[in-house]
Amino acid sequence: MARIRLTEILVGAFMVLGFVALFFLAMRVSNLSLATAEDGYSLTAKFDNIGSLRVRAPVTMAGVRVGRVAAIGFDQETYQAVVTLRIAEQYDQIPTDTFANIFTAGLLGEQYIGLDPGASPDMLSNGDRIEFTQSALVLEQMIGQFLLSKAEEGGK
Amino acid sequence: MPSFSSHPKQRSDQMESGSTTSRSSGDGSQRAATEALVRVRGLHFRRGEQRIFDGVDLDIPRGLVTAIMGPSGTGKTTLLKLISGQLQADAGEIEVDGQSIGSLSRSELYALRTRMGMLFQSGALLTDLDVFENVAFPLREHAKLPESVLRKLVLIKLEAVGLRGAARLMPSELSGGMARRVALARAVALDPTMIMYDEPFTGQDPISMGTLTSLIRQLNDASGLTSIVVSHDVSETAEIADHLYIIANGQIMASGSPREVAASDSAWVRQFMDGEPDGPVHYHYPAAPLEQDLLHSAVH
Amino acid sequence: MLDSIASLGRAGLAAVASLGRAHLLLIGILGGLPSMLIRPRLLVAQVYNLGVLSLLIILVSGLFVGMVLGLQGHYVLSQFGAAESLGVMVAASLVRELGPVVTALLFAGRAGSALTAEIGLMKATEQLSGLEMMAVDPVKRVLTPRFFAGLISMPLLAALFSAVGVMGGWFVGVGLLGVDDGAFWGQMQSKIDFNEDVLNGVIKSLIFGVVVTWIALFEGYDTSPTSTGVSRATTRTVVHAALAVLGLDFVLTALMFGG
Ligand SMILES: Nc1ncnc2c1ncn2[C@@H]1O[C@H](COP(=O)(O)OP(=O)(O)O)[C@@H](O)[C@H]1O
Ligand SMILES: [Mg+2]
Repeated sequence: MARIRLTEILVGAFMVLGFVALFFLAMRVSNLSLATAEDGYSLTAKFDNIGSLRVRAPVTMAGVRVGRVAAIGFDQETYQAVVTLRIAEQYDQIPTDTFANIFTAGLLGEQYIGLDPGASPDMLSNGDRIEFTQSALVLEQMIGQFLLSKAEEGGK
Repeated sequence: MPSFSSHPKQRSDQMESGSTTSRSSGDGSQRAATEALVRVRGLHFRRGEQRIFDGVDLDIPRGLVTAIMGPSGTGKTTLLKLISGQLQADAGEIEVDGQSIGSLSRSELYALRTRMGMLFQSGALLTDLDVFENVAFPLREHAKLPESVLRKLVLIKLEAVGLRGAARLMPSELSGGMARRVALARAVALDPTMIMYDEPFTGQDPISMGTLTSLIRQLNDASGLTSIVVSHDVSETAEIADHLYIIANGQIMASGSPREVAASDSAWVRQFMDGEPDGPVHYHYPAAPLEQDLLHSAVH
Repeated sequence: MLDSIASLGRAGLAAVASLGRAHLLLIGILGGLPSMLIRPRLLVAQVYNLGVLSLLIILVSGLFVGMVLGLQGHYVLSQFGAAESLGVMVAASLVRELGPVVTALLFAGRAGSALTAEIGLMKATEQLSGLEMMAVDPVKRVLTPRFFAGLISMPLLAALFSAVGVMGGWFVGVGLLGVDDGAFWGQMQSKIDFNEDVLNGVIKSLIFGVVVTWIALFEGYDTSPTSTGVSRATTRTVVHAALAVLGLDFVLTALMFGG
């Protein structure tokens, strides 16, 4: 009888431990805790080239994460990428003349959007568009330019 | 039948008109028509190329101890498995208590099995349960008894096989003979109408052999059981059986009361009963001549 | 020549036949679900055997795998100045692949082989026939609780493996090699998606649990009831389960993450 009881206790502990691990994976390892910041507001921005920016990439201001990329689309008329940003509720003081850059973390790291606040007294609100954008630096283009300039130097 | 369950000696005398021919015939089959609990007709069964039964007819009379004897490997265990529906016959009819085994649905077969007990050659105790729980197992499964009643019942059954003191041992702590006795207690736990013993005597010391034989006899007589004892132990089996069948080479070689079979002058029966290595029944498994095999192996 | 073709055909037919028997067995096992729910204690005992008893090897392996990932990952990533991505790398490899796969392989070796040997020996010692004769269906009584115990234990074990592995990677990366703590977790959280990565990993481990337990039970139940038979069946369980897990992992990965 005591043996059966001990088995039951250990099995119970095992199940609890397993679910704690799942909870840890959900809340601490993955973005489920951030997904609750789903409510917030959306902004759009058009870029000539987004490089390898992905949905869910972070959106930061002064290095602080304020939101994430919610969607990436393509505008057939302007031939630009349309990026929808989801900004957390509490960051509602973003000026209308804010600059959106696509940066790369580290040399080959992931790409993210950095917002550079402007000075306008008007603030962006849901559905607004960020006018000023800076496209991603694409490594191939940089290398191509570098080689070209080297070639020109060599030609002289 | 009540009139049969009083004195074994009387019973043997009543069966004296049975014959030792190769088919159950004459008086035996007349009686069987009314009293057989198990009827086997024209049984054919093969395993791969090997014919195990080749047209076997036999009757297990109700309320008696019937022994099925034969050299090892003739299919005695197989016969019990066929009777209990664990194996399906290739051809022929097996009826238990008027129900044809082959045509039963699974649930009907299980219902029938609650009235059959079987003592396996190895005991077949559940190794993760102790002795008490093993005996309690069929009761817990099929009889919704209060725990206190169940406890008493199990202890009574264990007392009957002399192992009440071993109730809390695990099967791994039992000797082969003890395990078989626990299995016996388990087989009779549900008070079946029929019980099948597969080689109950092998591996028993003389004392437990003696108690076991009297136990089988007592169980049979006290509760009106029908018993089938499968064995190759000639003397013990002859001692407790009311009726004997000897099978060999897929056929019934002899049947009748132990006395009649012992008095038979058939060469088959003589060889088996007296334990002679060679005779009409081959001790050797069928094979090509030895010289041929030896010569072949020399070539390789 | 003809002989070898014939033997190939025979082997093929035998494989198909045993696949058929395995499916029939699975149907029987699933049919035992209602009667198992009446006796939850049988399930608890088997979760103990398969889950709790596998816990130690899973935790220790997970910790070491995570630590090795931290060490190797840091070595490679720091060459590109991306050591902050260590958390992502460790967590992604664990949650998507190593957690489910290594856990399944260990589970096959630790629990699967034990299951096969147990069922095979129950068959060899006529315990299964004994149950039949007591009018108890051995498939429902013996196999069903073990099957569901495997199905429950595997995802939990895989989750524990991944969680402990992430902690191991964190310990090496942040604790020993000086990766920034905030970057380690922050990048991990922004890159690892719950639905895409964690949930898919759980689904994988569930499928592996079903497959490994099913193979183990089938091999045990289908064994020839001798000591050679049981030992062969045990070996087959480990080999077949490992191959099935690795093969299925490829298919599942392609389906889940390929698009
Ligand atoms: N599972 C099996 N598969 C194939 N052949 C078997 C199997 N079990 C028994 N046999 C064969 O059936 C024959 C009868 O076996 P069995 O009924 O156990 O004999 P007995 O109980 O009379 O000693 C044996 O010759 C054996 O070779
Ligand atoms: Mg036998």
